[in-house]
Amino acid sequence: MFSFLLRRIGVLIPTFLGITLLTFTLIRLIPGDPIEVMVGERSLSPTLHAAAMKRLGLDQPIATQYMNYLGQLLHGNLGTSLKTQENVWVEFKTLFPATLELALAALAFATIVGLLAGIIAAIKRGSIFDHGVMTISLTGFSMPIFWWGLILIMLFSVLLGWTPVSGRLDLAFDVQPQTGFMLIDAWRAELADPSLNAGAFKDAVKHLILPAIVLGTIPLAVIARMTRSSMLEVLREDYVRTARAKGLSPARVIFVHTLRNALIPVLTVIGLQVGTLMGGAVLTETIFSWPGIGKWLIDAIGRRDYPVVQNGILLVASLVILTNFIVDILYGIANPRIRHAK
Amino acid sequence: MTTTQTPLLNIKNLSVEFGSVGNPFRAVEGLDLTVQQGEIVGIVGESGSGKSVTMMAMMGLLEGQGRIVADDLTFDGKNLLTISGRDRRKIVGKDIAMIFQDPMTSLNPSYTVGYQIMEVLKVHQGLRGAALQARALELMELVEIPAAKTRLHAYPHQLSGGMSQRVMIAVALACNPKLLIADEPTTALDVTIQAQIMDLLVNLQKERNMALIMITHDLAVISEVAHRVAVMYAGQVVEIGKVPNLFRHPTHPYTEALLASIPEHSKGARRLSTLPGIVPGQYDRPKGCLLSPRCLYATEHCHQERPGMTQHDTGAVRCFYPLVDKEAV
Ligand SMILES: Nc1ncnc2c1ncn2[C@@H]1O[C@H](COP(=O)(O)OP(=O)(O)OP(=O)(O)O)[C@@H](O)[C@H]1O
Ligand code: SF4
Ligand SMILES: [Mg+2]
Repeated sequence: MFSFLLRRIGVLIPTFLGITLLTFTLIRLIPGDPIEVMVGERSLSPTLHAAAMKRLGLDQPIATQYMNYLGQLLHGNLGTSLKTQENVWVEFKTLFPATLELALAALAFATIVGLLAGIIAAIKRGSIFDHGVMTISLTGFSMPIFWWGLILIMLFSVLLGWTPVSGRLDLAFDVQPQTGFMLIDAWRAELADPSLNAGAFKDAVKHLILPAIVLGTIPLAVIARMTRSSMLEVLREDYVRTARAKGLSPARVIFVHTLRNALIPVLTVIGLQVGTLMGGAVLTETIFSWPGIGKWLIDAIGRRDYPVVQNGILLVASLVILTNFIVDILYGIANPRIRHAK
Repeated sequence: MTTTQTPLLNIKNLSVEFGSVGNPFRAVEGLDLTVQQGEIVGIVGESGSGKSVTMMAMMGLLEGQGRIVADDLTFDGKNLLTISGRDRRKIVGKDIAMIFQDPMTSLNPSYTVGYQIMEVLKVHQGLRGAALQARALELMELVEIPAAKTRLHAYPHQLSGGMSQRVMIAVALACNPKLLIADEPTTALDVTIQAQIMDLLVNLQKERNMALIMITHDLAVISEVAHRVAVMYAGQVVEIGKVPNLFRHPTHPYTEALLASIPEHSKGARRLSTLPGIVPGQYDRPKGCLLSPRCLYATEHCHQERPGMTQHDTGAVRCFYPLVDKEAV
């Protein structure tokens, strides 16, 4: 187990280096520098432009800039936004709970529905339910998020009026961000001041439902399909036959002897969805005006806010890598053959 | 077979079909088999002859896959054809137990050996706590697993094939079954281990006077341990008889070929060298006797019609022209 951990950690270092190089290069490949974007239509004399660039350290050779950037990172310094002059880490910390709340809700939705659908489809293989799940998940998998989000808004918000169109909470409520998780903050605010904030929690839930479904659709499809195929594979295993030959109840055969082994690859896939969720969050947050990391990064790219883009993406990527890392460890714990490997 | 004792297991005219109703494949056809209490019955036959499917059908392990028809399928006075799933599960794993060919894949990799033994004790006998632990340990010692106490906490991948099969036997014997089915229990093991496992099974059978159905390719071993042997070919029993009569004086051409293919007391062959061709599969089953394309004695009659079972003194045979024992004449 220890060497298993060491090997995993060893892979992380080159991965991080790769990410810094990639974001550093990509943002500079987009035409226009931060100063030009800031100034916009107004013209700026070349000398003033050069002075501004020098102040930001952008006049130096690209390799030097990169080394400076790495040096900064090693000191744990994520720089400041060119626009707000605010520390990137502070901005990230403030906005991240909104994205996390959305992503967790989406993942919970995708996992619960996906597992159930996949398990039932596998048990009732070849049934109408099975065919239904397969068809819907194939559609869900290739669903364009933007279009899907707009369709749901039209249906549930505009036509039926069940859910709000955008944001995290109705402006009528007075909720101070404490944890950054709107569900928790609204809950607390409602308890603290029931007269003013009655119904705040319910309103927060209503705001969350639609974006969570939109963001969770692709992971849902992936999880359902993976669960089904993994279950079917394990159901064919000799040890499942042994379990049935022991006279165990169908429920025991499924939940004790099949599901546990079938879930190992599903767990990995769920972990990998964190990447999909972060990517999807960018679009979803834009559609629903959700004030999170996704919207923040899109704005930063538009402004060529190099520090925000570089370090914002680095933070998001670290998060994805970290969850994948944790998934790896869990995979090892769930699978005794790996746990005991020398 | 003139015994009046009611058999522990009685199978009459069992057929098992796979595939669509319109285009079925009969993996087992018109199979009769009885097993008495405390009896060892051997089942031999080439790969694909339907040995496993017969046993799985009886155990109810084909659920939703094969269609099962029979005139009678009775175990210990219970009709297995009409039994509910719930009632069947009270018998299966308790009164009838089965061990399989590949012990390494037959144990669940995610649970300890102890868990997998204790599970049957909990479900069928309601044992809990210290009594459960003690009984599991007792079973491990019964199947002669060294360092039984520590091995209870081992995972299947930490055991050898032979040890895994011993664990499977411990699981099977946990509730003192009346019938144990061993489906090629040694095929996947090293030659040296094979004899050990076989000895263990036979000793346990004697000790507990349980019935044992031993499916095997090893004719030499079966001739030493079994009381009766059924020979299967392409889903049918072609000959069934007492030991040693069946081995000394085979009456079916297939049995004769099977015996001729083994060099004295060596391991049985999976394919027969003495008969040309292979067991007919789903699409090439002949109209007449299933052996007719390969049989050295086949006549036109054999190609046109399928023979039924004919009873004789020490067994039964499915052939129009049973071999006459020349010495006996
Ligand atoms: N679930 C199934 N669906 C369709 N066909 C099956 C199924 N199980 C077994 N069969 C077929 O039934 C036939 C008999 O198989 P069976 O496993 O009983 O043979 P066997 O005598 O046990 O052979 P072996 O010595 O290889 O174990 C084979 O042709 C096999 O392909
Ligand atoms: S019936 Fe004919 S073909 Fe079939 S085994 Fe007997 S002699 Fe051979
Ligand atoms: Mg078999």
